[in-house]
Amino acid sequence: MPLIAQPAPAESDYSLVACLDNVRNLSTVLKAIHFREHATCFATKNGIKVTVENAKCVQANAFIQAAIFQEFKVQEEPVTFRINLTVLLDCLSIFGSNPMPGNLTALRMCYQGYGYPLMLFLEEGGVVTVCKINTQEPEETLDFDFCSTNVINKIILQSEGLREAFSELDMTSEILQITMSPDKPYFRLSTFGNAGSSHLDYPKDSDLMESFNCNQTQVNRYKISLLKPSTKALVLSCKVSIRTDNRGFLSLQYMIRNEDGQDFWLLLVDWIRQSHLWNIMKFALNGLFLESGE
Amino acid sequence: MKCVVAGGNVKVLGKAVHSLSRIGDELYLEPLEDGLSLRTVNSSRSAYACFLFAPLFFQLYQVATPGQDTLRCKILMKSFLSVFRSLVMLEKTVEKCCISMNGRSSRLVVQLHCKYGVRKTHNLSFQDCESLQAVFDPASCPYVLRAAAKVLGEAVLPFPLALAEVTLGIGRGRRVILRSYQEEETDSTIKAMVTEMSIGEEDFQQLQAQEGVAITFCLKEFRGLLSFAESANLSLSIHFDAPGRPAIFAIKDSLLDGHFVLATLSEPSPNSQDLCSPELRQPAPQLQAHSTPNLDDFANDDIDSYMIAMETTVGSESSRTLPPISLSPDFQPPCNSEEEDEAEPELSTVPGTPPPKKFRSLFFGSILAPAHSPLGPSPVLAEDSEGEG
Repeated sequence: MPLIAQPAPAESDYSLVACLDNVRNLSTVLKAIHFREHATCFATKNGIKVTVENAKCVQANAFIQAAIFQEFKVQEEPVTFRINLTVLLDCLSIFGSNPMPGNLTALRMCYQGYGYPLMLFLEEGGVVTVCKINTQEPEETLDFDFCSTNVINKIILQSEGLREAFSELDMTSEILQITMSPDKPYFRLSTFGNAGSSHLDYPKDSDLMESFNCNQTQVNRYKISLLKPSTKALVLSCKVSIRTDNRGFLSLQYMIRNEDGQDFWLLLVDWIRQSHLWNIMKFALNGLFLESGE
Repeated sequence: MKCVVAGGNVKVLGKAVHSLSRIGDELYLEPLEDGLSLRTVNSSRSAYACFLFAPLFFQLYQVATPGQDTLRCKILMKSFLSVFRSLVMLEKTVEKCCISMNGRSSRLVVQLHCKYGVRKTHNLSFQDCESLQAVFDPASCPYVLRAAAKVLGEAVLPFPLALAEVTLGIGRGRRVILRSYQEEETDSTIKAMVTEMSIGEEDFQQLQAQEGVAITFCLKEFRGLLSFAESANLSLSIHFDAPGRPAIFAIKDSLLDGHFVLATLSEPSPNSQDLCSPELRQPAPQLQAHSTPNLDDFANDDIDSYMIAMETTVGSESSRTLPPISLSPDFQPPCNSEEEDEAEPELSTVPGTPPPKKFRSLFFGSILAPAHSPLGPSPVLAEDSEGEG
């Protein structure tokens, strides 16, 4: 695409326009799902969903609600494109990722449509940077068909309680075993590594437990290498919801607090389960946009 | 074996594990009547460390559950360290730590009771049980320095992290000198700087050594013990003898004691002598004259005689009650030559350890526990196998 100045398109020519006072509200969330180079973006009137997938087994979605933007316009729904997430994040933090307090970077993001680059106008202290990031052919994303009616067990924990557990996972263990049960041990994370096994138990009456809804004992094993990247989201979040459905698929959702104090759910990851019956991999997906808050 | 550590002591235990992890790859855990001992030795066997936590250190301390034999075990340092990895977390969230040994499943179970009722259970596999026992006697060392760990900790702070060895000696005016040690063949970039710290006599609680004595030892291990001693606000005593003889670094309070035994360089290099103040240059001849009838042993690589035998005890509580082999220079253990044969290949196979020729190995022999321990299950096993056969 030639970079020579073209007549600026009229506002109505853009299929997506989004403005944000504080770019960190966006970049923080995108960092949480940045475990692969590329991401697919979907924009609807409700907001923007950014999806990253790995190994056809795990899908991470960040959902940035329209309300978080000061201005948000979508012409024809849905607007989809694929983009290099690393480049996008580099551009968003072009004024530095840790700005001086009280010195916010504002963002205006425009997308003209299929074949056009994503335009970013970043402004801080009167200095404007314009970034054009080439967009790519959108890829089909996985549909794990994870729907809340099939959810068997659901726990909401304060992230603080899981953070350390995830950062200290024994990576010599190939799997992480998650036990959710209405009876003891209620909620247990287990690894089986070279040095031996370890178990982490959370009682259901713990202060960390925001809600505990387990109907049936489930013991599921997930590949630890696919779960590990979710640590990034965990670190940023204040609450995490852990759900498993009747097929053993796992959905983890993180509530990340905005810098302005607004809460929103970042939907992250649904995991493969090693099926006991057929010894094949299955896939899970969370619902498209989840209700915000609990 | 079962013990429970509570409150702030969990962090103390964790700190001890951290400082042991600077030395060896394996941790020997042995419950004794007078406390739980944690020991390790480095791969070139030039450094040995042990901590003994008195029964009072624990909320509950049980050497053996009734009807069970006393166990001791060896586990990978890495796996034990992973339990205590984050000291901040230990301090902030862990309320209680239970350690129990299960002989039947060969598992060491470490359970951390954390805030909010969260419970972490680590089942660590352990290996065959032998006892690691270095025999050393601080009392036999003619020279003793004792100072608050903070004083020594601050003194080693300016030394570069990459520095392998440091020379400790008594300089003019009975000032204690710490100087970076340099090998002749070190490349010039590192050679360009020599760091020397000098501490006045008044900072020492005890200074029993004359001007001119000096030893050179590894800094990394020393730092490990110092960081523990500093956090526990203890004073550290250094017992040493002529160059080449092991130096013993000891800390002690009512609930625990710790001993690190480090090899020292057998002779000061000519290079380092150049850098020495006149007082520091003298020590070797002086010491040798002083120290022994059998001066020859220093010239030979006959180290092992001075140090450390590893013994395996069959009984449950005997290892610490054994009379230590004397460290007096003219003592020669009978099995000396044999042990040395074993030690040599080990030295040569370990890369990244201190220069093998320079440091004398503090040799630890290793003998597996005899299969028939008095209360062990072996008679039964024998019967079974006969039956099957």
